[in-house]
Amino acid sequence: MSRFAKLLFVPLVAPLLAGCNAVVLAPAGDIAVQQRDLIIIATVLMLLIIIPVMVLVVLFARKYRKGNNAQYEPNWDHSTQLELVIWSAPLAIIICLGAVTWVSTHLLDPYRQLGRLGPDRPVVAEVEPLEVEVVALDWKWMFIYPQYDIATVNELVAPVDRPIEFKLTASSVMNSFYIPALAGQIYAMPGMQTRLHAVVNEPGTYKGIAAHYSGHGFSGMHFAFKGVSNAEFDTWLADVRTSPDMLNRQRYLEVEKPTENVPVMHFAGVESGLYTAILNMCVERDKMCVSEMMSIDQQGGLGHAGVNNLAPELYGGGERNRSPFGPQKTYVAAICSTDEAIAMTAKLPALKAPNAAPLVGKGLTRPEMVAQSNAPALDWLAGKLAFNQNTPADAL
Amino acid sequence: MTNEFWSFIFGRLTWDVLPLHEPIVVITFVVVAIGGLAVLGALTYFKLWGYLWKEWFTSVDHKKVGIMYMVLGIVMLLRGFADALMMRLQQAIAFNGSEGYLNAHHYDQLFSVHGVIMIFFVAMPLITGFMNYVVPLQIGARDVSFPFLNNFSFWMTAGGAVLVMMSLFVGEFAQTGWLAFPPLSGIEHSPASGVDYYIWALQVAGVGTTLSGVNLIATIIKMRAPGMSLMKMPVFTWTSLCTNVLIVASFPILTAVLTLLALDRYVGTNFFTSDFGGSPMMYINLIWIWGHPEVYILILPCFGIFSEVASTFSSKRLFGYTSMVYATVVITVLSYLVWLHHFFTMGSGASVNSFFGITTMIISIPTGAKIFNWLFTMYKGQIRFELPMMWLIAFMLTFTIGGMTGVLLAVPPADFVLHNSLFLVAHFHNVIIGGVLFGIFAGINYWWPKAFGYKLNEFWGKISFWLWNVGFWLAFGPLYVLGLMGVTRRLRTFDDPSLQIWFIIAGIGALVIAGGIGAMLIQFAVSILGKNKEWDTTGDPWNGRTLEWATSSPPPQYNFAFTPVIHDNDAWADMKNRHAQRPTKGFMEIHMPRNTATGIVLAGLSVVLGFALIWYMWWLAILSFVALIGAAIIHTFNYDRDYYIPVEAVAEVEDTRTRLLSGAR
Repeated sequence: MSRFAKLLFVPLVAPLLAGCNAVVLAPAGDIAVQQRDLIIIATVLMLLIIIPVMVLVVLFARKYRKGNNAQYEPNWDHSTQLELVIWSAPLAIIICLGAVTWVSTHLLDPYRQLGRLGPDRPVVAEVEPLEVEVVALDWKWMFIYPQYDIATVNELVAPVDRPIEFKLTASSVMNSFYIPALAGQIYAMPGMQTRLHAVVNEPGTYKGIAAHYSGHGFSGMHFAFKGVSNAEFDTWLADVRTSPDMLNRQRYLEVEKPTENVPVMHFAGVESGLYTAILNMCVERDKMCVSEMMSIDQQGGLGHAGVNNLAPELYGGGERNRSPFGPQKTYVAAICSTDEAIAMTAKLPALKAPNAAPLVGKGLTRPEMVAQSNAPALDWLAGKLAFNQNTPADAL
Repeated sequence: MTNEFWSFIFGRLTWDVLPLHEPIVVITFVVVAIGGLAVLGALTYFKLWGYLWKEWFTSVDHKKVGIMYMVLGIVMLLRGFADALMMRLQQAIAFNGSEGYLNAHHYDQLFSVHGVIMIFFVAMPLITGFMNYVVPLQIGARDVSFPFLNNFSFWMTAGGAVLVMMSLFVGEFAQTGWLAFPPLSGIEHSPASGVDYYIWALQVAGVGTTLSGVNLIATIIKMRAPGMSLMKMPVFTWTSLCTNVLIVASFPILTAVLTLLALDRYVGTNFFTSDFGGSPMMYINLIWIWGHPEVYILILPCFGIFSEVASTFSSKRLFGYTSMVYATVVITVLSYLVWLHHFFTMGSGASVNSFFGITTMIISIPTGAKIFNWLFTMYKGQIRFELPMMWLIAFMLTFTIGGMTGVLLAVPPADFVLHNSLFLVAHFHNVIIGGVLFGIFAGINYWWPKAFGYKLNEFWGKISFWLWNVGFWLAFGPLYVLGLMGVTRRLRTFDDPSLQIWFIIAGIGALVIAGGIGAMLIQFAVSILGKNKEWDTTGDPWNGRTLEWATSSPPPQYNFAFTPVIHDNDAWADMKNRHAQRPTKGFMEIHMPRNTATGIVLAGLSVVLGFALIWYMWWLAILSFVALIGAAIIHTFNYDRDYYIPVEAVAEVEDTRTRLLSGAR
């Protein structure tokens, strides 16, 4: 931000800052600082036109009140020059603001890796970013640190001036992950992953919140975000590692159950691949992972076998909260072994590829994917599952 | 009798769903029940039922339907505002470990129902009421194109409101926020009746809104007086046309998306679940593709009201009529290109976000042009500071601030820190109260003498005006500050004690607004019951400029004995300038539509159908659906749909007006 804009900004918000802790206007992380600057630039740009308009409203209302004997021209209703001004003045502002928006939206894209830690402080290549996997649960936040093999609930600690790469997902409903002092928010959604890149510059304890209503326990769903020195971070890591609690799939399923106002929890170890399993909604081992399902579908699918491969939902109230006319809620079962998978498919007559001829236009090639029956899919599946069987389940 | 029998009859409606364990609801129920019984008793005592039924409920007169819409809107405003007061109180006291006085189950319903009521059952009926009342008068028509449909539309809207009100005492309302985002609103996370009330109330009301949109478009396109080309239409009619185009093009999306949500909940489909290929993001996109045009559906007619008010009370032609019209049309088109700005934070790429950010900003250009047009309408005018004009000035000062914070929120990186915060809440109240409600109040004060024949009390109107303005800033100024402090919306409890003072100020602001609403009700009461009414015998109390002021106040049933011929967009001002003589003889009989009870019957059946679906009473759902279709078919065999007002009756009404006019002069 230019000095000029800063000068304008100080008298504008100084009283606010003095009166309260306006964290959005006085954040501690570079991304949030840039977002704050943007708010101020945009506000100043708009005030260029808002203030004159408001002043004119008051002036005209006073001057042309009845009985003031000001000039009165009841039939004056058009002026090309004025019309040009009243359309082009807002247009000019919006062109400036639009340019600022385009650039800043790209620069401050939460998916974009950080280029700097602060003004004139580019990210050094040696510094390895801190990776944090965030899971929005009902109603608490889980943070998994894959680089350190630890996890916490409702406590997030990060070293100052070290870029943080968040990957976010949720267990059941949508939420929004927001640490006002650090960076803007991003939604956390079940079965999907969003990303956020940020850095904290000032040590301190800041508030992290859920910014998207998610049910009854929403108000209590906040956590402490601590920016600490590297040494303190190491101490904290060591402290977390003394916890007797380990986060494996079963423990996760316990923690995942809806609870409110949850105190901080520490986990000294995390089962490998847990976050991937959460993201793919297959923490329960008998559920097929979304990623697997997508790969199978991409290969042409399992045909009717896929339809048969459903198991009744036993989790998350699927039995209790069923729709009145719906079938019992089901999920796609994990395929336990290659033999079973093949046996399941083999029970059915080999699928004929649907004749796609009527669907393609002239000059288009016939879709090849389904044309060769489901053999490649099965081959692929067999290979894939054989590979999986040779790998310890933890490494999935 | 077995349990199975009872659950067949009553579905999942049991004694347990009555909120008997919530003392606040029980007390509310008792109060409402006593009040309701008193009203019913009074109606019976004064033998008003027949009058109401014949003259109002079954009336197809656009003026009466319009007034009924207004009454519905104001009644629901009281309900929606009561919810707001309760939320303010909760947020003002739930600090330092206190849970406040509302549990999550109750509080979460409050903010959901507050939004639903204020948008669907306050703002929508009020603007639809104005459009119904004013548009046919402004274009010199005798009624809308489809008078029966109009009555039916009103009752469907009222039916939706009835369902929402029922949810207060039978079962519960949605605890999902006013747009009921899945997966939270899916059957798995919201198994109870709340979301079903939401779905069916909006579906029933949505039918009414869509049909009234069709009706008004047809009216404006086909029924303008001779000479009134599109570019000679009054600006309010123009904005109404654009609004109804938006309604017709966007409400079907709402209907579709709610149908899909209903299918998810009732038959176990997976459109918006997180598994089996469903995508909650689809719902969010779809609902905002309706939701953003909805914002302009509400504000455009208010822009129209302000345009009428600006030129009338500045005693001057509207500045830049053409650019005003184009600005309205541009806003109409652009309102479809901005929906994604409601969820920049969902993870779309930077290019998508900036596209929608910039389209949003572009909307501020025609909006800004409109503000300038009103400004230059005042310029070189003779401004009379009557109540509507005061609301216009208040609007221009308040709305520009709201517009500014809106454009700020349209900058995606800024939105990342302000989205879902109280800053956002302050912003949209800033534009909806400062724009839509202020416009409605201007309109009520402006057209009241037209509808009832006398002006509203000015003293109480001014008190209401100041209380509203002061109250608004007291209530929402602190929310802007809180948003900048990183406080998110829909929170029930807080643990940072430094926030409390702001919530207390906001609570005081809400009380001041309550005073404003109270003063407005007193204004109505004093004006209706007062002895010293400012009777308007001329039909033109404000020295108006558009056609509605050419007829008497209140207008006769047929609006105009002779269809006027239009030469200028300020048709009535033009007639006055040319000293046009009002015809006093040569009247002819007038063809008018006949009242019908079909609208209220169909809407009543729809409410029963909605109620049956909410409570899983399948037999009743089938029965009421069949009855609904049957009643609609039977109505098509009703050939007694019109009648002629005889010449003598027309002559008598017009002669009375001639006498009044000569007496007035």
